[in-house]
Amino acid sequence: MNAASVAMAPTYAESPRTGGSLFPRKVWVLVLGIYGFLVIAVPVLHLVVPATSPLHLSDYAVTLTGKILCYATVALAMDLVWGYAGILSLGHGLFFALGGYAMGMYLMRAIGRDGVYGDPILPDFMVFLDWKELPWYWHGSEHFLHQALLVVLAPALLAFVFGWFAFRSRIRGVYFSIITQALTYAFMLLFFRNQTGFGGNNGFTDFKRILGFPLASPRVRVALLVLSATLLFSVLVACRALVLSKLGRVLSAIRDAEDRVRFCGYDPVGFKLFVWTLSAAICGIAGALYVPQVGIINPSEMSPANSVEIAIAVAVGGRGTLLGPILGAGLLHGAKSFLTVAFPELWLFVLGLSFIVVTRWLPRGVLGLLWREGKP
Amino acid sequence: MNLDTPAGPVLYLSGVTVSFDGFKALDSLSLIVEPGELRCIIGPNGAGKTTLMDVITGRTRPDSGEVQFGESHNLARLSEVEIARAGIGRKFQKPTIFRNHTVFENLDLALKTDKGVFPTLRARRTAAQEARIHEVLGLVGLRARSEVRADLLSHGEKQWLEIGMLLVQDPGLLLLDEPVAGMSDEETERTGELLRSLAGKHSLVVVEHDMHFVESIARKVTVLHEGRVLAEGTMEAIREDSRVVDVYLGR
Repeated sequence: MNAASVAMAPTYAESPRTGGSLFPRKVWVLVLGIYGFLVIAVPVLHLVVPATSPLHLSDYAVTLTGKILCYATVALAMDLVWGYAGILSLGHGLFFALGGYAMGMYLMRAIGRDGVYGDPILPDFMVFLDWKELPWYWHGSEHFLHQALLVVLAPALLAFVFGWFAFRSRIRGVYFSIITQALTYAFMLLFFRNQTGFGGNNGFTDFKRILGFPLASPRVRVALLVLSATLLFSVLVACRALVLSKLGRVLSAIRDAEDRVRFCGYDPVGFKLFVWTLSAAICGIAGALYVPQVGIINPSEMSPANSVEIAIAVAVGGRGTLLGPILGAGLLHGAKSFLTVAFPELWLFVLGLSFIVVTRWLPRGVLGLLWREGKP
Repeated sequence: MNLDTPAGPVLYLSGVTVSFDGFKALDSLSLIVEPGELRCIIGPNGAGKTTLMDVITGRTRPDSGEVQFGESHNLARLSEVEIARAGIGRKFQKPTIFRNHTVFENLDLALKTDKGVFPTLRARRTAAQEARIHEVLGLVGLRARSEVRADLLSHGEKQWLEIGMLLVQDPGLLLLDEPVAGMSDEETERTGELLRSLAGKHSLVVVEHDMHFVESIARKVTVLHEGRVLAEGTMEAIREDSRVVDVYLGR
């Protein structure tokens, strides 16, 4: 009977043990090695090795790596709510985009007189719309710190308010997922409007500099990549500590038997709200690092498809494993970058197929293949 | 142990009525459970046994009537979480445990402590708490299974684990919904011993269909029928009661 119940068991990783390490030591060595490579070797290969050398890393490669690191951070944040607390969000792209927009506002103001219209205050799109002054919510956006605060606060506040209503009303499962999808869609429509004051369907682009440094310079490119890698690594360490804490065990208990959690005297609302808001804030920071690297932010980042991709990345990598979603995001966005250039018509089929394969045959994702019953 | 007054009843229900779309699941029901008592509640399907449990644990609000736990807790006003924190533990009919956690972790999660979000984030287990978990592990006979994932336990072991999870909360009142459903004879017997050993220290209310089991543990039995108390007394007295025989025990 034990064998049967193992086969039927839900497809989550072993629960973190009290005082356990979550991953074996050699996995940590590998993670540290990759982090070290990203923050030491990549800068050298891009800045020091001459462009003529086959070892030189191109601008494209550096930017792509930085982008993928941001996506991986979002996938990790998603794993916290989906893999551990069992809350499937299909709107996480919204929090990412809000962080991106908050940073984009600063980058637009930092263009200064170098815009097409040369207005010292108003961003180009406002001049184009014949606006005479900044809307009130743009005040303070010329200060980096002001916007850095918004990068965290805007998504966190939205997540908190939305979560407070949803979790208190005990909205769960597929209903919750559908509402999050509707939420990101509604925001996308809102941001598409020129009157909203965020550049309409063009969004923000043509950024020139950040904190006075030109964005086109290789050093800034590398600095952003190093920051992205450091963000991902810090979030990983923090998430590991969180899921190994008693709070982490309460979260997976909520996922498995919410009624029992309530009858044990824990109020699931507070726990869900905590992890949900935290996850949104992490997504906001990732979005803020993403925008200066890709040089554009527009409402399509809020499209439901983007949020679905985040969920697929987590499922492909392996839910409730922390490392799996990072791997999943890497595989998915690596494949996307390659396929959308080489075989653009194939990408959506590959995306859909990977979801079917993972759901049907790899319930623990790619990581589950590599990592059977605790043996890496 | 957290009874407010050892003298008064642990649980006091008076004139409790619950109706669903005109159907009276509980019809002006009154029930008193004394401290340390082991009460069995029997009755045919639809008699209102589960609704009674739901009312006591705050899942269903009574339309009218009084539901009092100890001296100071008006259960008709408290939320499910507040009622659990006040010291009422409930075991469901189908074992509900945290299947991806070990037996030890299940008990650790249930343990009586500050259960707010931030205290939980910072929580470190004390030696006293560890000792309490080991004590309960022994009590429910799962000491050797402590590090096993709860999913891999047998059906009976899961039921015992759930009872253990109630015990580590140091409840004033334990509600057990069909604790021996699906158990083997031997497991049923061990469960009976466990419940008898808990009576006195805790107050227990057991809803059960298995008459042999009720006979083996009960001192006082309440028979529910159509949302009312049909009869109350010792098993022998119940057996003699012609109304009970008519509606439930059969001839």
